[in-house]
Amino acid sequence: MSEAQEPTVPPVRFDDPADVPEVRWRVTAAMFYGNKAAVLGIAVLAAILLVGLFGPLLLQADPFAIVGAPLTAPGELRPLGTDYLGRDVLAGMIHGTRPTLIVALSATAFTVVIGLSVGAVAGFYGGRIDNLLMRITEFFQVLPPLVFAMVIVAIMGAHFMTVIIAIGVTTWTNLARLTRAEFLKIKEREFVLADRAIGVRDSRLILRVLLPNALPPLIIAVTLQTGLTIIYEAALSFLGLTDPDIMTWGKMIGLSRDFFFDAWWSVTFPGLAILLTTLCIALIGDGLNDAFNPRLRGR
Amino acid sequence: MSAEPLVRVENLNVHFQMPRPHLLAPRPVLHAVDGVSFEIARGRVLGLVGESGCGKTTSGLALLRLVAATGGRVLFDGTDILALDAEAMRGMRRHMQVIFQDPYSSLNPRQTAGDIVRAPLDTQGVGSAAERAARVDELFALVGLRSNQKALYPHQFSGGQRQRICIARALALTPDFIVCDEPVSALDVAIQAQILNLLCKLQDELNLTYLFISHDLAVVQHICDEIAVMYLGSIVEKADNAALFENPRHPYTRALLSAVPSRRTPASATRIRLEGDIPNPIERPDGCRFHTRCPHAQARCRTEAPALTEDRPGHWVACHFSNELDAAADD
Ligand SMILES: Nc1ncnc2c1ncn2[C@@H]1O[C@H](COP(=O)(O)OP(=O)(O)O)[C@@H](O)[C@H]1O
Ligand code: SF4
Ligand SMILES: [Mg+2]
Repeated sequence: MSEAQEPTVPPVRFDDPADVPEVRWRVTAAMFYGNKAAVLGIAVLAAILLVGLFGPLLLQADPFAIVGAPLTAPGELRPLGTDYLGRDVLAGMIHGTRPTLIVALSATAFTVVIGLSVGAVAGFYGGRIDNLLMRITEFFQVLPPLVFAMVIVAIMGAHFMTVIIAIGVTTWTNLARLTRAEFLKIKEREFVLADRAIGVRDSRLILRVLLPNALPPLIIAVTLQTGLTIIYEAALSFLGLTDPDIMTWGKMIGLSRDFFFDAWWSVTFPGLAILLTTLCIALIGDGLNDAFNPRLRGR
Repeated sequence: MSAEPLVRVENLNVHFQMPRPHLLAPRPVLHAVDGVSFEIARGRVLGLVGESGCGKTTSGLALLRLVAATGGRVLFDGTDILALDAEAMRGMRRHMQVIFQDPYSSLNPRQTAGDIVRAPLDTQGVGSAAERAARVDELFALVGLRSNQKALYPHQFSGGQRQRICIARALALTPDFIVCDEPVSALDVAIQAQILNLLCKLQDELNLTYLFISHDLAVVQHICDEIAVMYLGSIVEKADNAALFENPRHPYTRALLSAVPSRRTPASATRIRLEGDIPNPIERPDGCRFHTRCPHAQARCRTEAPALTEDRPGHWVACHFSNELDAAADD
C-alpha cells in the first residue's frame, strides 16, 4: 500500500506512441508480477483452489463420518487428528474448502455489488437520493448482523444460498458508507467538473472516473470483507443456522471450539486455512492496487 | 460590435442552501452569485475580478451549467442554455469550455495526457479514430507539448505543462468560448507569463471569447478588453480596460487598484486600506453590500442598495455617490 516501498519495475519505454494501450497493459502486468508478495498470494490461493476443486476426488471421504476414537492427536490415527466425535480433521479441511470459498466469494460479491452501488449513487447524486439511501443504510447498520442473518435463515430455511444472502444483506453497509465518502471527496475534484464540461455522461463518470479513483481504500475493505464473511459463516454454523450437510472451515471451528484445550488441532488447522486464504486475498488486492496506480510506475 | 453578443448573462443567481444550524432553524442561504449580468461579444475578453470568495468561480461554473443556477438566464449565441434539456446541453458543450485554477486537481491522475486531450473528441464522437489521434498531435503542438509526452501521466508533468494539457483539452472541440478560472494563479511566477502569453496568442489566432477570472489586476489588465469587478456575489463596476484602470469609479475598485503599487493613479496616490474583513456571504450587510468597509459610506448606504447603472457610456457602477466621488477625485 505505502508508496515508500516502490516495487521495482522492469524498464518499459513510454515514448513509443504507436502501441500505447498495449504498453500500458504490459506495465500494469509487469508491476503486478514484480510484486513478490502478490505473486506468492496468487500461488497459494491457486493451491487452495486446486484443493477445493480436486481434493475431494483424491480423498474420497465423508467429512461427517466417524472414523475412530475422538480427540486423537495428528499422526496418531489420521494425519491431522480427529475431533471430539472422532471425525477426520483432514477430510473436513479438504471437503470444507470448496463450500467455504464459495460462501466467502459469493457473499463478498453480493456485498460488493450492493455496497458499491448504494454508496456510489448516494455519493454521486447527493441531496434527497443520498438522504434516502443513507437512512436505509443506517437501518441495516443498527440491526445486529448476526441476529438479522438468523431471522433470514429462520424464514428462508438453512440452505446454502440463504447463508450467502443473509451474510451479503447484512454486511454491505460498511462498504456503502466508505464508497459514498470517497465519492463525495472525489466528485469535488476539478477533473470531474472538466469531464462534465466536455459532456461525459453520469454513468461513465461513476464507473470510469470516480470508481477507479476511489478504488484503493475499497480494495482493502473488500479483502477484509472476504475474511469477515468466512468468520460470519463460522458464527452462523456455530448457531446451527447453516446447511447441516455441508462442511465448512467455519463450521469445524464452530463445532470444536469448546474442545480447543483437549484437541487444539481440530480448531487450529481450519483457523490457519481461513487466515491463509484471507492473507492471500489481501496480498493480491494490494498488488492489484499498486499495479493500477500510475504514480508507482517508472518515469 | 452592436451585433448579438456571444454570451449574455442576465440576472444570474446561485444561492446555496446551507445545512440547518439546528433542527428547527430555517436553512440559511448563501448568496454566492446574486443578480450578475454581463455580455461578452465574440472574440472579446471580459475580466472578472474580486477578492477570494466573492463568487467568481461560481459565476463561471453556473454559466456553463457545471453548478446549478437558482435564477437568471444565460444566452449563448441566442440560446438560453439554462433551459436546455440534458442531451441538448451535452451538444452545446462543444462550444463552451473551461480551464481551472489548479492544474493538479483538474487532471485525472489515472489517465494519460494523450487520453485526457482525446477525451473531448471521444465523448462528443468527433471524427474517426485516426482523425482523433491526428487532432491530439495537433493540439499537443499547439500548446507547446511534445507528442511523445502523450503516454505520460499527469504527475510526470510540471505545473505549467499540466496547465498546457488543460488548455489542449479545452481547445480539442474548437470551442468559441472558454471560461479561464484563474488559469495562472497556482503557477510559479516564472511560468505565469508563458501560460498567459499562450492564452493570449490562442485567443488572437483562434478568435476565442474568454471570461477571464482573476484576483490579479496586473494579469487582467494585460489580457482583458473589458473588466467587471465583483464584491459579495454582485458586480459593482464594469467598464473598458482603459476606463476602469484610468478612471475607477466605485470605492471598492479604487481600493483594489490602489493596492497595486504600479497602478496608483495621481487621484489615488496613496493606498486605500479597507477596514475589516469581507462580510460573511450568509449574513450579508443590508443596503450597499460594501458599506461595512467603504470609506465614503453614509446613512443611505446602510438601507438602500445601489443599482448597477450605466451613467457614462459603457461604464457601469453601483454606488449612490459615484458622481460626487468623481468630482472630489478630479479636484
Ligand atoms: N458548493 C457550494 N456549497 C456552498 N457554498 C459554496 C459552494 N461553492 C462555493 N460556495 C461559496 O460561495 C462563495 C463564492 O465562492 P467562489 O465562487 O468559489 O468564489 P471565488 O471564486 O471568487 O473565490 C464562497 O463563500 C463559497 O464558500
Ligand atoms: S453606495 Fe455608499 S457604501 Fe456603497 S460604495 Fe457607494 S458610498 Fe460606499
Ligand atoms: Mg475561485
